[in-house]
Amino acid sequence: MLETVFNGIAMKNPVVAASGTFGFGREYDEFFDISRLGGICSKGLTMEERFGNEGERVYETPSGLINSIGLQNPGVDAFLREDLPFLRSKDTAVIANLGGSTIESYLEGVEKLNETDVDLIELNISCPNVKHGGMALGIKCDIAYEAVRQVRQICKKPLMVKLSPNAENIVEMALRCEEAGADSLSLVNTFQAMAIDVDKRRPVFDNLFAGLSGPAILPIALRMVYQVCGAVTIPVMGLGGIASWRDAAAFLMAGATAVQVGTANFIKPDICLDIIDGLEQFLRSQGCRSVSEIIGAARQ
Amino acid sequence: MPAKHCESAVVIENQPVADGIFRMVAWWPYPVQAGQFFMVRGWDRFPLLSRPISVHDADGERVVFLYEVRGEGTRLLSEKKPGETVLLSGPAGNGFPTGQIRGKVAVVSGGIGIAPLLLTVKALSGCAVTLCCGFRDKSYGLDAFRPYVQEIRVATDSGKEGHKGFVTDLLDPADFDAVITCGPEVMMEKLARDCIAKQVVCYVSMERHMACGVGACLGCTHHTAHGAKCVCKDGPVFRGEELYA
Ligand SMILES: Cc1cc2nc3c(=O)[nH]c(=O)nc-3n(C[C@H](O)[C@H](O)[C@H](O)COP(=O)(O)OP(=O)(O)OC[C@H]3O[C@@H](n4cnc5c(N)ncnc54)[C@H](O)[C@@H]3O)c2cc1C
Ligand SMILES: Cc1cc2nc3c(=O)[nH]c(=O)nc-3n(C[C@H](O)[C@H](O)[C@H](O)COP(=O)(O)O)c2cc1C
Ligand code: FES
Repeated sequence: MLETVFNGIAMKNPVVAASGTFGFGREYDEFFDISRLGGICSKGLTMEERFGNEGERVYETPSGLINSIGLQNPGVDAFLREDLPFLRSKDTAVIANLGGSTIESYLEGVEKLNETDVDLIELNISCPNVKHGGMALGIKCDIAYEAVRQVRQICKKPLMVKLSPNAENIVEMALRCEEAGADSLSLVNTFQAMAIDVDKRRPVFDNLFAGLSGPAILPIALRMVYQVCGAVTIPVMGLGGIASWRDAAAFLMAGATAVQVGTANFIKPDICLDIIDGLEQFLRSQGCRSVSEIIGAARQ
Repeated sequence: MPAKHCESAVVIENQPVADGIFRMVAWWPYPVQAGQFFMVRGWDRFPLLSRPISVHDADGERVVFLYEVRGEGTRLLSEKKPGETVLLSGPAGNGFPTGQIRGKVAVVSGGIGIAPLLLTVKALSGCAVTLCCGFRDKSYGLDAFRPYVQEIRVATDSGKEGHKGFVTDLLDPADFDAVITCGPEVMMEKLARDCIAKQVVCYVSMERHMACGVGACLGCTHHTAHGAKCVCKDGPVFRGEELYA
């Protein structure tokens, strides 16, 4: 009933663990069998290993989380060697999330991933936590268009572009990425935010600004997903603050083909299972035979 | 069976033991090791994140927490009544390698850092343990330690009980085969550096703000001699040299 096809990839259900919130799956596999998930997005990968940012990295807000991890990751090669075989041993779609700061670094990363059995590449043009690059790509349509166009030319995998809610115009951005050859879109990444420690009279994060996620962003993320689904013809994975099956259903009804769950994994390690089971019960209670029956159901 | 669990645990007891310090007992039928912790949640949506709380004691049926009310999360925990539930995820992290420790051991705490040390001294059954603990004004929770330690030395900031001054004044690491510590980072660093200088094995239990508590978010990363480590997954216990060499 929850079976979903996304860019030609058969998924058990439309619930995918979001990048950066699920490691490479191992930690959560100690709590439950991660093969039950529709898919897993890897932590954002870069060509070289990155240590990430100094100073505080996480800060809680009412209903939200601000993070400044700074793309800490072991590098694409180490991922392919040590983590991909583990993920592949699980019966779930494997999505490699590729970060970067220059177009060249994306191209290098895609070349490596081309030769592997990852199902899908999620191109993160929107990480707010890497100085120089990253962010500008996600904000300016023309820069994003050029990056996606060049990546598309060499990419042998389905290509999903992850959009930033900080884009100057989210609909325009989505359309340009589609035009540049994206096979699908995921949105949203985190919202640029900040926190100040009033006792120390200082910003909390060394990088000043960082990314807000969690339930606090859901209504805005949902609005953006609704708008983008109305504009493009390629499939969309919706995310931003999803913490229950109702939240997930809302994104599907807005037009997303699948959803990703990020920060909510921190609330309860097996929350994705609650969401999957909840969606299934909901569909049954509605007399639906397939999840596809509710996709876009709230669109007018 | 999965190695870790996320389950609603029924609270058996939840009582103040001192001003602002509570002791909670809950059912937990799985194994737990000294120095590990749980991500604890005693509420639905707010606050967003669960809170890391160390295992104070455990017996394979029950787990005990000793916690200080600091903000909203710990305040909500303190309001839990017997029969109500808390959501526990864990056990998380690597605890103290008590099986590898022999001889004379100093167990050194500052404030609520005493929490993870009760199960620790119980696990050090073959060792001669000296407990050195620092508090602001008054000690708490020490009776539970007495059967398992040879000596208890107390320091307070105010001098109202025991030595007036730092807990680190109470011992010379050179007198011990190993030192175990949990408390404010400045205290642990001072002690660990002293241990390193005197070539005494030292285990430090670190604290960091945590989001996931499982090693997935990379929010608690710490530089160590062996590279970047997650305090929640690779720690919270580290060898002194890993942190301060
Ligand atoms: C591995 C680990 C084990 C711990 N074990 C215990 C324990 O056994 N007993 C106990 O009383 N406390 C323990 N703590 C500290 C405890 O997690 C925090 O006091 C708690 O999260 C505060 O939550 P709150 O909502 O009550 O306060 P908040 O409003 O979140 O914070 C109040 C104050 O506490 C600080 N704080 C919040 N979270 C943390 C944190 N994770 N680490 C350090 N400071 C924090 C804040 O900066 C603020 O100054 C442990 C922390 C860690 C990382
Ligand atoms: C701790 C943390 C780390 C993240 N790391 C990445 C990353 O490496 N790459 C990426 O594309 N998104 C990253 N994200 C963004 C999430 O994948 C997601 O887009 C965002 O958090 C919104 O969804 P949520 O509210 O469900 O968390 C990260 C988010 C968090 C909270
Ligand atoms: S708290 Fe998430 S990695 Fe340690």
